[in-house]
Amino acid sequence: MAPILDIKGLYKNYGSAEILKDINVSIEQGDFLVLVGPSGCGKSTLLNCIAGLEPISGGTLSIGGQDMADVSPKDRDIAMVFQSYALYPTMTVAKNITFGMKVRGIDQAVQDEKLARVAEQLQIKPLLNRKPSQLSGGQRQRVAMGRALVRDPKLFLFDEPLSNLDAKLRVEMRTEIKALHQNLGATMVYVTHDQIEAMTLATKIVVMKGGVIQQIGSPAEIYNRPANMFVADFMGSPAMNLIPAKAKANGTGSYIEIAGSNGENIVLKDESATNLPSDVIIGVRPEDILEEGMRAGKSLQKAECHVEMVEPAGADTFVGIKLGGKPVTARLGAETKAQAGKPLELAFDLAKVSYFEPQTGERLG
Amino acid sequence: MTDTAIAYSPARSQGQIMKLVLRWLLYVLLITFALFYLAPLFVMLTTSLKTLEEIRTGDLISLPREVTFDAWRTAWSGACTGIQCEGVRPFFWNSVLIAFPAVILSTLIGAMNGYVVAQWQFKGANIFFALLLFGCFIPFQVVLLPMARMLGLMGIAGTIPGLIFVHVVYGLGFTTLFFRNYYVSIPSELVKAAKVDGAGFFRIFWSIFLPLSLPIIVVTVIWQFTQIWNDFLFGVSFSQAGTQPVTVALNNIVNSTTGVKEYNVDMAAAIIAALPTLIVYVIAGKYFVRGLTAGSVKG
Repeated sequence: MAPILDIKGLYKNYGSAEILKDINVSIEQGDFLVLVGPSGCGKSTLLNCIAGLEPISGGTLSIGGQDMADVSPKDRDIAMVFQSYALYPTMTVAKNITFGMKVRGIDQAVQDEKLARVAEQLQIKPLLNRKPSQLSGGQRQRVAMGRALVRDPKLFLFDEPLSNLDAKLRVEMRTEIKALHQNLGATMVYVTHDQIEAMTLATKIVVMKGGVIQQIGSPAEIYNRPANMFVADFMGSPAMNLIPAKAKANGTGSYIEIAGSNGENIVLKDESATNLPSDVIIGVRPEDILEEGMRAGKSLQKAECHVEMVEPAGADTFVGIKLGGKPVTARLGAETKAQAGKPLELAFDLAKVSYFEPQTGERLG
Repeated sequence: MTDTAIAYSPARSQGQIMKLVLRWLLYVLLITFALFYLAPLFVMLTTSLKTLEEIRTGDLISLPREVTFDAWRTAWSGACTGIQCEGVRPFFWNSVLIAFPAVILSTLIGAMNGYVVAQWQFKGANIFFALLLFGCFIPFQVVLLPMARMLGLMGIAGTIPGLIFVHVVYGLGFTTLFFRNYYVSIPSELVKAAKVDGAGFFRIFWSIFLPLSLPIIVVTVIWQFTQIWNDFLFGVSFSQAGTQPVTVALNNIVNSTTGVKEYNVDMAAAIIAALPTLIVYVIAGKYFVRGLTAGSVKG
């Protein structure tokens, strides 16, 4: 089966400024693709290109196996949910949802039936006769979703739909979108700058920076094997610790030497890392720095570290240490023995670490 | 409450009295200004209700001893404008025939222009808008000759459609400006959403933008109606006998009396000529201020 969305070598320029460079992505029926990156990375522009709201400057874009070069947004069989919801202010909720069908001249009976079904699905029946200005943020969000759902499109597009909601509602709606995706088996493209949203919702993540795709992969791939230091730093909260280190080959593995906080170096032995250059950046997730008794395994390497800061956060305690001249965060349990200003024996899970080339920032191995 | 404050706290009461005095001073000043501005209207009204005899012998600002509407009757249907003695009535209707279509057309086209300039950025849209704005600042005297030639070429010189055309053209700068400034504050995502929903250029304008536009429509209509109704220069330049607007007729009535100057008739005619704009302000005035300050769209 042809991919639902297939983008090949897409470029987008505004005058002489290149906004998107050589974008290649394709997704299958039922995929949930999340475009994530810092503001200005071109993710919203890419979404607008998919919707046909922005013309593309080069490459091809096809939806459902059909080239979209000369197809206007209304004929692309897409529905879009916007950040500001973009509800029509003078129309009631019901009219907002049925506007698209009305424009297309769909039979009134069909409109009513679809409206009823969507209102049921999203539990917005009591709101149907209200104007958007009489709705709360979460309700507007639902109506905007309803307007997209009622169209039953080949492809759903979401442009940061949750960023105007408060934190609690955002988590709720995130779960609902996920459930909706699973129940409908719909294909979705979702733009966000929130990496947690990306991790929780996506079946496939595209990390972008400066109009260039940094990595495409499943949430687990992106999280565990970031393609470069940008992705490593951007995905995950707290961010991956990127620590400058010296590597020395040793038989089957390597010694990794990191400058500690008290002048003494920490030496870790990674049994599986080979062919490392002498200068590397070692990337360790905060949860892969452990305290005694948290995890067992051959890949654990112990070292004594000087605790600089302890931040209890309920379920976890974040402990700040300094390695290789950089602040490093470890995610320890709530009952940690760590005390600020005291030494603490920590273990590094070397099976989970990543290595990066310091100059280019690219992943090694 | 203020009474108790004054009674119990002398220091504060002094401040209170000062505040009261200033408040009254302000009122007195405002009332004085209001009277000053209303004085001409008062003189016009009273004079129009007096007989010529009384005007000649009486005081300018005294109330009429005996109220008579004769002058109004004459002004409406009997006063002479040059050789013709039909009052302002036929010219009043000319003005209506010019002002209504011109206001409606310039408002509609201005709304459409504003919609395009604000939401459908095409290449050169900013230059187009700048040129339209420039049109607002061209003194009308400058365009009299070219416009006369233009109207001649179009074959509508001296006609009411000709005057409508002139007023529409010279109103567009302002009406476009009004609507453009109103529409730029509408989020562009609304247009995108409608495009994805399948609506085209006109559908989006008609179903989404126009229903949002009531405040700015009121502003534009008041502005345009006042401009067009009160216009004298275009009226006198581009009309001929039979198509002159009421402002031109008023001038002719005042200037073409022979013998005794009928001040009461002049005053009545002037009030008749000014009445429609006054009425429009009274009816829609509150929307005017609201519309000028409005812009942001919630929701």
